[in-house]
Amino acid sequence: MLKLFADTLGRGPYTEPRPELLDEDVQQLAAKVEAAARAKLGRSLSIRQVDAGSCNGCELEIHALNNAIYDLERVGLKFVASPRHADVLLVTGPVTQNMREALLRTWSATPDPKWVVAVGDCGCTGGVFAGSYAVVGGVDAAVPVDLRIPGCPPTPTRLLQGLLALMARAGG
Amino acid sequence: MALAAFFADQQPVPGHRPWPRYRLDRAQWLKLVEALEDAPWTLIGLWGEPAQVHAAFREEPSTIAVASLDCAEGRFPSLAKVRPGAARLERAVRDLVGLEPEGLEDGRPWLDHGRWPLSHPLAATPGPAEAMTDAGANYRFLPVEGDGLHQIPVGPVHAGIIEPGHFRFTANGETVVRLEQRLGYVHKGVESLIAGKPVAEAARIACRLSGDSTVAQGWAFAAAVEAATGTEVPPRAVHLRAIKAELERIANHLGDFGAICNDAAFVALHMQCGVLREQVLRAAGAVFGHRLMMDRVVPGGVGIDLDAGAVATLLGLIETLARRLPPLVQLYDGKPSLLDRTVTTGHTRPDLVQAFGAGGHVGRAAGRNQDARAMPGYAPYDRLTFKVPVLTEGDVNARVWIRLREIDESLDLLRQLLGDLPAGPIAAPVPPASGEGMALVEAFRGETLAWVRIEAGRVARGHLRDASWFQWPLLEHAILDNIVADFPLCNKSFNCSYSGHDL
Repeated sequence: MLKLFADTLGRGPYTEPRPELLDEDVQQLAAKVEAAARAKLGRSLSIRQVDAGSCNGCELEIHALNNAIYDLERVGLKFVASPRHADVLLVTGPVTQNMREALLRTWSATPDPKWVVAVGDCGCTGGVFAGSYAVVGGVDAAVPVDLRIPGCPPTPTRLLQGLLALMARAGG
Repeated sequence: MALAAFFADQQPVPGHRPWPRYRLDRAQWLKLVEALEDAPWTLIGLWGEPAQVHAAFREEPSTIAVASLDCAEGRFPSLAKVRPGAARLERAVRDLVGLEPEGLEDGRPWLDHGRWPLSHPLAATPGPAEAMTDAGANYRFLPVEGDGLHQIPVGPVHAGIIEPGHFRFTANGETVVRLEQRLGYVHKGVESLIAGKPVAEAARIACRLSGDSTVAQGWAFAAAVEAATGTEVPPRAVHLRAIKAELERIANHLGDFGAICNDAAFVALHMQCGVLREQVLRAAGAVFGHRLMMDRVVPGGVGIDLDAGAVATLLGLIETLARRLPPLVQLYDGKPSLLDRTVTTGHTRPDLVQAFGAGGHVGRAAGRNQDARAMPGYAPYDRLTFKVPVLTEGDVNARVWIRLREIDESLDLLRQLLGDLPAGPIAAPVPPASGEGMALVEAFRGETLAWVRIEAGRVARGHLRDASWFQWPLLEHAILDNIVADFPLCNKSFNCSYSGHDL
């Protein structure tokens, strides 16, 4: 254990510099965030992740945001266990018929002001599962969406870019 | 009785490859049920079509056969009394196809939560949505009686970054006396989506059955298509598939090892494993153009070749992992406070593991020596040297050790695969032929099955059975007499798939 700590101290942090913001994310958000919300939230956002029907691919990459390399918490973003503590719902899809009510209830339990980020091609449009009897559609078929991060799945870097854009707008 | 002997006087259905499929009449099916009472054959799959039900069996080590029954009257005698792993599969057949398993005690739906706009989506003619006793929140969980018991409902939305499912705990104080699972929340209608699609399009959906097993399930689907159409996959493509499959196994096992330690509040190992896992995914991304290697196995072969630089990248990754993992393993094994949480926790009974035919780390940690790479075996593993680690303790610690030993084996397999990469093409054209094919591929969590009927280059019917089907029920037993707070550890040590199971 001590050797592990010594090695870690010797090599310095694994964490990499944060990525540049993407214009497409900033533009998606431009009209949606009010100045009043920024004042309330300061420079920090709490995220509640909801899997509304994903294949688990997006979850694997969302998990990676918490590793030492992407280290989400350093930029003021953290995952929370309850929607009642959340500012942001990070929703993967497609939204299945069987998860629609659970997603709606989670959304209703999240206090205003809140933002919904649809993650992955399936979260954005339903992806390869669109059109199935068991699928409602993308996240916006169930709840209003503020930001879409496409990809199958989006890489952690791409996810971080989107969340940083949200921070820049919502977190002041 | 030997499995082959049971079918000795039957003619196999022509065009079903590589293992035989037999059409039984009702009397023969009932004889099969009777034979299953004594025979040690493992149920490895059960699925339905509008007027037919199929059940696949293995006699260890490697004899495999599929039994089919015409269900003209819309019913079939249940196998659940003799093979408990059949129960949920039969409930799924009832929901999806509308065939009634006669004698199945559990009359509740499984994947159908009463929220679809139709009923029996895979039936010849799906019906309108039916009013259902067990719809939504009205699902009848099994009753529990006794003094001092209380229930804890968890999910489908969990407190972490986890797939959705519902766990109904009944506890006496801190001790769990019953766990009942309710799954199906992420049912996406995969088998309906696959039906009618050209094989290449259907393969993309099969690769998204469970994102963590995209290589293995893509491989199983492709191999089933290739068996059905008589496609010969070039040797180089076979090697490249195995390279991806072993990378996928290592990445998942590293993630699970760290996450299990994290659930015992030992974050340092989780962080270290997270860095190693990231390095595997980055190497995969650099070499195959996708971190999870999605759509990198296609029917007929693989999409992307490896050049010399890519081989060097992967060899470098292997050496990094071989150097950096052992100190972490030593750390795990030398921390009594950590072992206190994992040793004896979440014990799975060997007899249940056998009865359910549970594979992967769940089975191999409890004495069940089964790995599809060895039994029935498939190329290129038939020419490679590897051990299948087996332990008997059946606890969380044993499931950790199976993973750790498998990482070592996978690193060695990668060395063999990269050192002996055949030259030649990386894909063969899939002819627009017709036929039926089946394949078994060892994913990181266990054996995954794919079965297809191909008609002129399109999938007429496809069935995908994730390893989780036979592991989830054992989790209900593993948690008994453990404290509620140890459930995350037990659950993570199983790491069953929700999406892979829910279809």
